[in-house]
Amino acid sequence: MLLEPLLLTIITAATPLLVAALGELVVERSGVLNLGVEGMMVMGASCGFVVAILTGSSILGALAGIGAGMALAAVFALMTLGFAANQVASGLALTIFGLGLSGLIGADFVGARRDPAPKLHLAGLSDLPFVGPILFGEDGFVYASVALLLGVSWFLWRTRTGLMLRAIGDNPISAHALGHQVLRVRLLAILFGGGCAGLAGAYLSLGYTPFWVRGMTAGRGWIALALVVFSSWIPWRLALGAYLFGAVTILQLYAQGYGLGVPSQLMSALPYLATILVLVAISRSHGRGAGPASLGTPFVPDH
Amino acid sequence: MLEARGIVKRFGDLAANDGVDLAVGEGEIHALLGENGAGKSTLVKVLYGALQPDEGEIFWQGAHVEIASPAAARALGIGMVFQHFSLFEALTVAENVALGLPTRETLRSIASRIEALSAAFGLPLDPARYVHDLSVGERQRIEIVRCLLQDPKLIIMDEPTSVLTPQEADLLFATLGRLAGEGRAILYITHRLEEVRRLCDAATVLRQGRVVAGVSPRRETAAALARLMVGSDVQPIEHRAARAGAPLLELRRLSLPPDRVLGTALVDISLSVRAGEIVAIAGVAGNGQGELFAALSGERPSRADAVLIDGAPVGQRGITQRRRLGAAFVPEERLGHSAVPHLTLSENVLLTRHGTGGLTRLGFLLRGRAAQLAAEVCAAFDVRKPGRDPEAASLSGGNLQKFVVGRELLAEPRLLVVNQPSWGVDVGAAVMIRQALVDLAAQGAAVLVISQDLDEILEIADRIAVIAHGRLSEAHPASALSLERIGLLMGGAHPESVPEPADAD
Repeated sequence: MLLEPLLLTIITAATPLLVAALGELVVERSGVLNLGVEGMMVMGASCGFVVAILTGSSILGALAGIGAGMALAAVFALMTLGFAANQVASGLALTIFGLGLSGLIGADFVGARRDPAPKLHLAGLSDLPFVGPILFGEDGFVYASVALLLGVSWFLWRTRTGLMLRAIGDNPISAHALGHQVLRVRLLAILFGGGCAGLAGAYLSLGYTPFWVRGMTAGRGWIALALVVFSSWIPWRLALGAYLFGAVTILQLYAQGYGLGVPSQLMSALPYLATILVLVAISRSHGRGAGPASLGTPFVPDH
Repeated sequence: MLEARGIVKRFGDLAANDGVDLAVGEGEIHALLGENGAGKSTLVKVLYGALQPDEGEIFWQGAHVEIASPAAARALGIGMVFQHFSLFEALTVAENVALGLPTRETLRSIASRIEALSAAFGLPLDPARYVHDLSVGERQRIEIVRCLLQDPKLIIMDEPTSVLTPQEADLLFATLGRLAGEGRAILYITHRLEEVRRLCDAATVLRQGRVVAGVSPRRETAAALARLMVGSDVQPIEHRAARAGAPLLELRRLSLPPDRVLGTALVDISLSVRAGEIVAIAGVAGNGQGELFAALSGERPSRADAVLIDGAPVGQRGITQRRRLGAAFVPEERLGHSAVPHLTLSENVLLTRHGTGGLTRLGFLLRGRAAQLAAEVCAAFDVRKPGRDPEAASLSGGNLQKFVVGRELLAEPRLLVVNQPSWGVDVGAAVMIRQALVDLAAQGAAVLVISQDLDEILEIADRIAVIAHGRLSEAHPASALSLERIGLLMGGAHPESVPEPADAD
């Protein structure tokens, strides 16, 4: 049966994008543009892999990945919130820094191999034909990403703190005047986004391809950033985009395998084209596509 | 109820508040008067906990208190309605209100409380609507309802009527009267003197950070209050008779679709402005004034024969071509539209005069000439500036407005179109600008003033038209229009349903 492994690889390809992009969505909803996602992801990939090799534990590896992403995010927060530095420049600098530092950390582990993170096995359920492996036989990261999707949606639209975060992204000056702590909320959002990026990176080196090479994120952080924009900052559209991207990525690989006579470069561009077209079509037909009004603008409270 | 003693707040070397005393009693509507920069906003921010004073004490119901944050002020029972609304456009009314409440109430219960309160006070408001769809008056109601939901004992209102029609303002005054009747105190910040005389029980006047008087406004004349605010006599505008001549600006059935999602369409606008007269366009913000200005200045093209300057059809011509016909334009936004904030004054002179002022040769800038012209503008209009040729952004609002108006006036235009000539500037600067407009008309130029300030319009205009929902009423002689009739037209009432000028007092 071809469909089952196909769906499994699609989910695996989409999960890191979904996780990193959900984190960035929360950051941007608070009005901060973090272009350091790629750097935080690749730090998560290298630190996660190193810790998993040293301890033999995928869970500790994943936690290390989250920690590494958050550490880099803390630097970003210090620059953009503490010193009100330009967010675009800070984010770009941290991406370049992360790519370099992760290579240094992982240098001794290039070529090391370990088993991928274990798949869940529920007696009975996972053995069901077709739906079993897909619904009940994924690794922990996939379930975490679904929980994250539901959690972020619930947080943003059902909790008071989520409302406060959206308000701060819309108008930090008013939020400050009403007595809300703009910088603290943004700090927490940035750390959350960094943690998500780190986790997504750790999934790459622990679950997706269980080894480490320099720069192994290969631009996925940038794709996550693009997904956030094209999803109009709405989590379910983001998930749709991530899975669509994963699906077209895998399908065009299969198509190349069959040799359709289309240049491979064109096929490799397909996921980007398809995802952007679909998300643009959705945001056009459903309107309200404008991002958080204060996105990218530093906030400095007066004293 | 509230007493502040010796409040001092410094920003660097500048003492924005310098030993201010203020006492507001129960059930009292207390006016805080002063020009821009007199320290009203600073004082209010201190009372609301948004700023911490450097010196001085605050007593609340007799007890000494430290107000560390807006949340602390709300907990005491001090509520505030902001001038620049602290609203979130992308959120609903109920969400906006929830953000200002300290409780962990559900949105549904907040929504039902909003409905109950807005019904009780006659302030219609739908909690489920998004703020970006609402009018300015509706937005203010959100602020008021948000404030009232916390059951405040003292309500601070910062320039609440500056954005309202006279009828909306009357509704607000009735609400304030009821609130005061319940024993609540209201601290009312404004620079509209007639309002203070009508509404307020007591007034404290600030000038340059100090209290210069505490008066009973009903016993003072508006002129006396103005003198206290400004510190000297305010010169009344001198009118010089001029005979209206040939039309220099004509609009013939000008229609334009909106240029953005929530913009206003212009519908069938016809108007003529003759040499030697000032025509004013009144209206509540957002009824098409910005769109009309853009069509007049040439920022948006229109049908060629919809706009005529001195008889020439210019609908398709650009701004510089219109300037070459003797027209000049002053937009509403000082920073970012009239002037580029981070360019110097001499560079800003170049921005509107490059095509007409002899400031370029073969495409190169003549910086010396520009600097000289900037200096002439500053001298003629008493523009106070830090340094010889500072950045536009470093000037105060009133001085920058004098500069951008003066820049156009020194070009001796035959037609001047100005949007909100004295918005947010102090009394002294406003008088100077209005006098300059009157003088320009007296010299035979046609002047079109778009303004939301009815006092200003009645002071200078020869004829008045009203814009509402993108439609312009006929222009009537100013002497034939009552305030009430203008107000009804501003609210969008159909011209036929409004009593004719003959019926007015």
